[in-house]
Amino acid sequence: MAKNDLQGALDLLILKSLDQLSSMHGYGIAMHIERVSDELLSVEEGSLYPALHRMEQNGWIRADWRVTEAGRKAKYYALTAAGRKQLAAREKNWEQVVKGVDAILRFA
Amino acid sequence: MGLLRRIWALGNLSRLGGENESELHEHMQMRIDANLAKGMTAEEAAREARLRFGNPVAVKERVNAEDAALGLGSLFRDLRYALRGFAKTPGFTIVALLTLALGIGANTAVFQLLDAVRLRSLPIASPQELAELRIAGGNLGFGITDGPYSHFTIPMWQEVRRNHEPFSAVFAWRATDVLAGKLSESNRIHALEVSGEFFSVLGIAPFQGRLIEPQDEAGCELSKVVVSYPFWMSRMSGQPITPSSVTVLNGRSVQVLGVTPPSFFGMVVGSSFAVAFPTCTPPNPRHEMFSFSVMGRLKSGWSIERASAYFGSLSAGIFESTAPTGYSADAVKLYKSFRLAAYPAGSGVSELRDAYDKSLQLLLAITGLVLLIACANLANLMLARASARQREMAIRIALGASRRRLLRQLLIESGLLALSGAAFGVALAQPLSRLLISSLSTSQYSIQLAIEMDWRVLLFAASVAVMTAIIFGTIPALRGTSADPIASLKSGARGVSGSRERFSVQRLMVIVQIAVSMVLLVGALLFVRSYRNLLTINPGMREGGITVAYLNFPTLKIKPENEAAFKRQLLEDVRSVPGVQNAGTTTNTPLGGSSWSHNVKVGAIQGATKFTYASDSYFTTMGIPLLTGRHFTNEDTNDSPFVLIVNQAFIRRYLGNTPPIGQPVHVMPEPQYPERTYQIIGTIPDTKYGSLREETPPMAFAPAAQFPLTAQGPGLAMMIASSSPAVISDVRRAIGAKYPNMVLQFYDFQQNIRDDLVGDRMMAMLSGFFGVLAALLVVVGLYGVLSFFINQRRNEIGIRIALGAGRWQVVRLVMRDTAVMLLAGVLAGTVLALLAGRTASSMLFGLQSYDVATLAFAFLLLAAISSLASWLPARKASRLDPVAALRSE
Repeated sequence: MAKNDLQGALDLLILKSLDQLSSMHGYGIAMHIERVSDELLSVEEGSLYPALHRMEQNGWIRADWRVTEAGRKAKYYALTAAGRKQLAAREKNWEQVVKGVDAILRFA
Repeated sequence: MGLLRRIWALGNLSRLGGENESELHEHMQMRIDANLAKGMTAEEAAREARLRFGNPVAVKERVNAEDAALGLGSLFRDLRYALRGFAKTPGFTIVALLTLALGIGANTAVFQLLDAVRLRSLPIASPQELAELRIAGGNLGFGITDGPYSHFTIPMWQEVRRNHEPFSAVFAWRATDVLAGKLSESNRIHALEVSGEFFSVLGIAPFQGRLIEPQDEAGCELSKVVVSYPFWMSRMSGQPITPSSVTVLNGRSVQVLGVTPPSFFGMVVGSSFAVAFPTCTPPNPRHEMFSFSVMGRLKSGWSIERASAYFGSLSAGIFESTAPTGYSADAVKLYKSFRLAAYPAGSGVSELRDAYDKSLQLLLAITGLVLLIACANLANLMLARASARQREMAIRIALGASRRRLLRQLLIESGLLALSGAAFGVALAQPLSRLLISSLSTSQYSIQLAIEMDWRVLLFAASVAVMTAIIFGTIPALRGTSADPIASLKSGARGVSGSRERFSVQRLMVIVQIAVSMVLLVGALLFVRSYRNLLTINPGMREGGITVAYLNFPTLKIKPENEAAFKRQLLEDVRSVPGVQNAGTTTNTPLGGSSWSHNVKVGAIQGATKFTYASDSYFTTMGIPLLTGRHFTNEDTNDSPFVLIVNQAFIRRYLGNTPPIGQPVHVMPEPQYPERTYQIIGTIPDTKYGSLREETPPMAFAPAAQFPLTAQGPGLAMMIASSSPAVISDVRRAIGAKYPNMVLQFYDFQQNIRDDLVGDRMMAMLSGFFGVLAALLVVVGLYGVLSFFINQRRNEIGIRIALGAGRWQVVRLVMRDTAVMLLAGVLAGTVLALLAGRTASSMLFGLQSYDVATLAFAFLLLAAISSLASWLPARKASRLDPVAALRSE
């Protein structure tokens, strides 16, 4: 059975966003998720940053300090090879969860 | 990887904290920027950003926690908390640390010794490749064996030197003594006689000059030596080696070729050499003289087993071609049946190892058991401490601390204790093991052992510490944290009565303590009684007031035919010194471990007997009475019939009920000892021969005057009936004045015998000491546990007294508790002692390991001390004021 929880979903969203953006700071990631999901999904800071730091400690993403276009100093995150592997696994996992949930919803 | 990073992050917490704060701060700023862009006022923008962000402190904490593993961070807090707790209870801390330091120290000290004599490799290149060749099963007493490491005759060595396929190279060596300094004031030093390959095969590089090489084997005169580093430093004051460097050995000046490195002590663990000199091949080497040890370096691809098989298949040829002549056909047949085998030699050879290996292992077991008792005491202490802290634990659980967290806290405390105890213990082990070594050193033979802290010792101490922490820490920790917070908070500082369960654990620990100390006490009693047996045994001859003298005169060049007369004159010279009551010569000094035997045939019975050539005054000097027949007289010479005095064991073995006097004894030929027929002229009682432990073997004495001319040599052993130092120095002066070049050595006979018992003395002393210590620990443990019980049961006892129970009934209540634990402990202890005793039985003398008297005495001793230990708390309980006890609830 596929294992999943809310945190897993957030990790997946962050990893996928970084895959699409190649390199971004926390605020940008949150904005990206909101914008792409048409404001259906919003990420709370209280969950976003612990998740980012946990993934950094796990070696899935790496971070460096850069200056934004607006001239602010920000911590930019990017996927590592291990992160890419992790993303692939979680995407597959997610598809299965969706399929499973779907099947239950359609059950008559 | 993640964990490592988190540990690393611990050291950077403050810097990381700052970084995280600015990251979150920038996030907030970006939100404000965006809000401003949407057209909000600065105030509105900041407010909206704060609302969305939530509690900034909480977010920051959560982010920080992700960076540094929370567990590790709080570890330091737990450690600090534990240290503060110890500082607040200094009495407990000191007792616990002292117990652990002594326990772990004693264990480490014994282990260190075991490590030094048994486990450590020689300081040479690739020691694991080194193998020794020996006759499988030994030479069975054939010929003459020079020393404990002598397994090869020179002809055997020459065979192996020519043919040693499994070895890349071989060498021969033997341990011997030489005289250093001028003869008149010389002293014996340890020497190695080595073949030319010795140093190169071992891979020893010279510290100075050069070492012995094959071309040095040319002459048989001692002319060049290599000296050890300590000898070089002490005797030659570390002067650089030049071609003109010399030292005086055996009365001659010899050239010093070089110095060995400081780490090389020779091949014998427990001893060290001072000089090494090259061996030589005499033109007619003796075929029956076993003097050398032969070792080789295995070629790659050859195992010890394959090498053994190789030399085993070669043995028939080797022993065929090296068989000595002058022996009976049976003896030669025995010689030719010998087989060589290879044995690992990477850790050198050691008489010490053979002699004390078992003692040390037993000692390690004893110290281990003492530590176990100490651990049980500590566990009880911790339990008491835990119950005193029950309230604290309950509050912490109530406030939401997880059980795991509390458990960790308690385990950290015991781990900290064990670790610091181990650190002190390791430091303590150094003087302790030196003490142990000095207790094994004798007046003549000091043990030279490098006691080092190697990884094995440290690993041992660490694992002992971990084990103690587990033993004394886990149970109290599990109990301490299993408390139900509501119950403990409600019941106040003391329960109405403690839970039965905890009592049974403490009871069990006391029972274990009693059982273990029973084992230790039985062991102690056995070893002390065995030592006493050895000390008080009657060897059948005088022990005290006898001096053994060795007189050597190789430089006097006395002709063999004159030697008998010269030796007789020497004896008369010694006897005429005022104060010397008597003196006798002998070819073998008793109770010194040496042995001299001949094969004999008496009637139809063939066998061996100890054989000694002694002067007639020998028997009177040693106080050995003549039972029947006559003494030797001056008429018994090499020109008269050969005569013998035999002991009772000889009569039992060879004559049975035949009257011994007049019976012929046929002595089989040996090189230098022609075939002869002696006639028994007297009998003496049984006396000890080689050591006190041995059964008396058959012994025969022939007159010194009938010693074969072919066997004469320039040396003599004499027993002098005086041990007064003044008289002995008179003897030394008188003989020294008459024969300036004679080498004289004197030893106290009784001291020599005692020296042979140092191993028994050590076991008696140490097992006695640890036995007493164990008993003391049991007293302390029992006292503590009973006091604790009584404190827990104060109310119950108070009610009993209030209801009219007499003082004695209360005492009986407590004593019955003790009696049950005592009986259970002693029962288990007796079983264990009997099982353990089997391993010690070979070390005991004059008693069995299942000695009933010893068991009974140990039981009485334990009963006495446990009554003593429970008497005080029992009395205290009986004097309890029921009103006070009940009111304090």
